[in-house]
Amino acid sequence: MHELSIVSSIVESVTESLAAYPGAQVKEVRLRVGALASVVEDSLQFCYEIATDDTPLAGSKLVVNIVPVVMHCEPCNAEVTLASLQSFRCPRCGELVADLRQGRELEIESIEIEENP
Amino acid sequence: MTTRIVELRSGILKKNDELAAGLRQSFGQAGVLVLNLVSSPGTGKTAFLERTLRELLARGSRAAALVGDLETDNDARRLAASGAPVRQINTHGICHLDADMVSRRLDGWELAELDYLFIENVGNLVCPSSYDLGERVRVALLSVTEGEDKPLKYPTLFNSADAAVITKMDLAVPCDFNRELAIRNINEIRPGIRIFETSAKTGAGMDEWLEYLKKERDRGR
Repeated sequence: MHELSIVSSIVESVTESLAAYPGAQVKEVRLRVGALASVVEDSLQFCYEIATDDTPLAGSKLVVNIVPVVMHCEPCNAEVTLASLQSFRCPRCGELVADLRQGRELEIESIEIEENP
Repeated sequence: MTTRIVELRSGILKKNDELAAGLRQSFGQAGVLVLNLVSSPGTGKTAFLERTLRELLARGSRAAALVGDLETDNDARRLAASGAPVRQINTHGICHLDADMVSRRLDGWELAELDYLFIENVGNLVCPSSYDLGERVRVALLSVTEGEDKPLKYPTLFNSADAAVITKMDLAVPCDFNRELAIRNINEIRPGIRIFETSAKTGAGMDEWLEYLKKERDRGR
């Protein structure tokens, strides 16, 4: 349950970015979260409401885009997507794969804001 | 009223990651091998570390440890009995260590005078995996009493590890521990990882582990 720490970091980071847009209202915060990032969307959503209260992010929506784990398979010489985290094997050839190319992301992709002209 | 999308593309844990990268660089320059030990509560991280520290000191190596717990300095006192410098980090409810907590507890330690620095994380198999502490080697530990499928249950942590240590091997027989299955499961989640089968009580597997530590340390110099 470190989602509260994660959400606090989001609030901090978005608040800093808002300095460039004085008076703007945050409508949406979009995350890109890897399937191996060890965070649970439900917990993020739950903590988001609490942690954004009384901040410039209050009332905004949190959108979590989960990205799958992509590994490089040596024998196939290709990037392959894992269907489950229970087995790090290439879905094409069945070999074990250790070279991770995607899946640990924990990023704020973008924010949607409303500005008064 | 105008709506605008602002692309940020920034890491949520950017501050931790930057701090950790700075720590890794200082550790590298000082020539100290830093390891982050992660497991569930009760796996025997402290007993394993206690034995590791004793054996390293007996071989003339210089080793120190930072130990994370929610409360109490029991583990630090236990580890200090080995003769190594040890400091406790109390997180007061936080379920993981972060780079800032580590950095603040290093004050006054001359890193260049150390060969090894062990960071014993808070007992937790989920949250510590998100936080880089600047370590060069992340060690995932599991004990024979926990079940062979632990790596399958916690793939995010096991997949991020550089080495795996099975502890309490002296209890393998009474626990009906299936070592082949445990090793297969670790490999299924983190193919090719080094696996050590150890007992802090009997000393089994410690020579191999110490040899690995020495190799890793020499590799970084």
